[in-house]
Amino acid sequence: MKKIFGGPAILLDRSDINTDEIIPAKYLTEVTKEALKPYCLEDLKLEGFDPKGETLRKARVVVSRANFGCGSSREHAPWVFEVNGIHTIVAESYARIFRQNMFNGGMLAIELPKADIDRLFALEQAGPVEIAVDLAGQQVTASADGKRETFRFDISPFDKALVEAGGWVEFADARY
Amino acid sequence: MGKTIAEKIFDAHLRDEPFPGTKVLDLDRVLCHEITTPVAIADLEWRGKDRVFDNTRIKAVIDHVTPSKDSKTALQAKMLRDWARRHDIRDFFDVGRNGVCHAIFPEKGYIRPGFTVIMGDSHTCTHGAFGAFAAGVGTTDLEVGILKGVCAFREPATIRVDLVGALPAGVYAKDVILHVIGQLGVNGATDRVLEFRGPVVEAMSMEARMTLCNMAIEAGGTCGICLPDAVTVDYLWPFIEEEFPSRDAALDAYRVWHSDADAVYEKVLTFDVSTLEPQVTYGYKPDHVKAVAELTGTRVDQVYIGTCTNGRIEDLRQAAAVLKGRKIAETVRGIVSPATPKIFNEALAEGIIQVFMDAGFCVTNPTCGACLGMSNGVLAEGEVCASTSNRNFNGRMGKGGMVHLMSPSTAAATAITGVITDARSI
Repeated sequence: MKKIFGGPAILLDRSDINTDEIIPAKYLTEVTKEALKPYCLEDLKLEGFDPKGETLRKARVVVSRANFGCGSSREHAPWVFEVNGIHTIVAESYARIFRQNMFNGGMLAIELPKADIDRLFALEQAGPVEIAVDLAGQQVTASADGKRETFRFDISPFDKALVEAGGWVEFADARY
Repeated sequence: MGKTIAEKIFDAHLRDEPFPGTKVLDLDRVLCHEITTPVAIADLEWRGKDRVFDNTRIKAVIDHVTPSKDSKTALQAKMLRDWARRHDIRDFFDVGRNGVCHAIFPEKGYIRPGFTVIMGDSHTCTHGAFGAFAAGVGTTDLEVGILKGVCAFREPATIRVDLVGALPAGVYAKDVILHVIGQLGVNGATDRVLEFRGPVVEAMSMEARMTLCNMAIEAGGTCGICLPDAVTVDYLWPFIEEEFPSRDAALDAYRVWHSDADAVYEKVLTFDVSTLEPQVTYGYKPDHVKAVAELTGTRVDQVYIGTCTNGRIEDLRQAAAVLKGRKIAETVRGIVSPATPKIFNEALAEGIIQVFMDAGFCVTNPTCGACLGMSNGVLAEGEVCASTSNRNFNGRMGKGGMVHLMSPSTAAATAITGVITDARSI
């Protein structure tokens, strides 16, 4: 199934946000993605962040810093975002397995240079940030209270093909 | 231009290169456990593709929560068990015969030099100790691996880590890898293979090499890898003696996987371990590493010895050597989980289990156990655990709990005193 990219963003101003923070291991006993829904980012260690708050509930995009999604291979991490309607992450860098899991599920893990991520965080001073994604044009547009910034991003042709196919199972099944 | 071991394995397994830079590899092993596999099984059923590419190359174990603790974990175990039976996956390990995946699969001889290995578990990098390319993957990669026997990778560059000098007494592979991660940082090896080389690695047992490779992921590495040598052949010999006329012949055959002398590395890091002290983590990231001396006296509530990092026989021997004839502090709960039934049996035969019990440890069945706070040994808010595992993330062993990572020897000394302690001091 094709995913929806873009929408209201939640900005998590910390590097090395790990998979145990995104979805604690005690919830890995679930065997459906939907069952994970209430536990998104439950153990995130970040001042001012409320896992039960409105900002997260309304968010369709997560913006963060370096090495996002480090730690476990659990695909429950991208899934808990997916079932909460968050199909796009924008960060300075990712842990390999998390990044691959995002693309394998047909979702977007967009990487931007640190300077661009800094500008995204600065934009939040103006108000809530809204992100629009142009996958074909490889551009992210962020706006807050009338202010607007556009960033170009790189994506490997393989990752792009996965997103367009709807995921790795679809891609692999058609090809191998 | 020469090639690294990882490049040679990639070349030998290349099925497809759908786009420049993306390599789809044929897989020798697809390993499964009960936490990340059931969703893949359910999805394959839902798609009407409940098939396996090769029932002899797929191995499965129930290890994270075993015996099952509640209805949910019983369902996960049942889904894996039923699937293994349905597809005649003979190498499936259930209660009584099961152990920690990254200990039991190598122990059964399933991992060989030059193999490609995936598993839905980030510590799959452990198997690189055998000269295999082994990578942790998510459930979708696992699902495609089960169905098609392939997995896609960006071909990783290799960082060579030369370990030179000689390890001082009381300093172990765990101390080395904690130190290396402390220097590299938690994303210092992202999308990279860490190739461990040098006289220190050559002198290490397979158990110690597995400890080394196990934590490559904690620096972000795709895989840790060691070159196969006589130690590798000796370990594998009971499983390969039909395949080769002699150990030397096996060694010669495995030499094809050795990195060439003119192989190209992204960088070469050299660590002289001769003056290395026992290491311990102090924060919530595995690169928050200090010498034990700097944290001496830090109070702990629980000590956990086991896991895919340090639950092997050599690890239990090291801990028992410290514990023998001593009692653990009254303020400490000691838990030990031998990683496999074979290790448990060896520890029994050697009197090690008795040493643990006499010291006041609780001995559990082989399982991942307390490592990730989803089974037994969960910490209460504010509690601290000294652990031989590989991850010290906030809440890893239970919400609000803290974990200090260390060697089995340091963990045993810490259990005795109730505070972080250098084993060489007692």
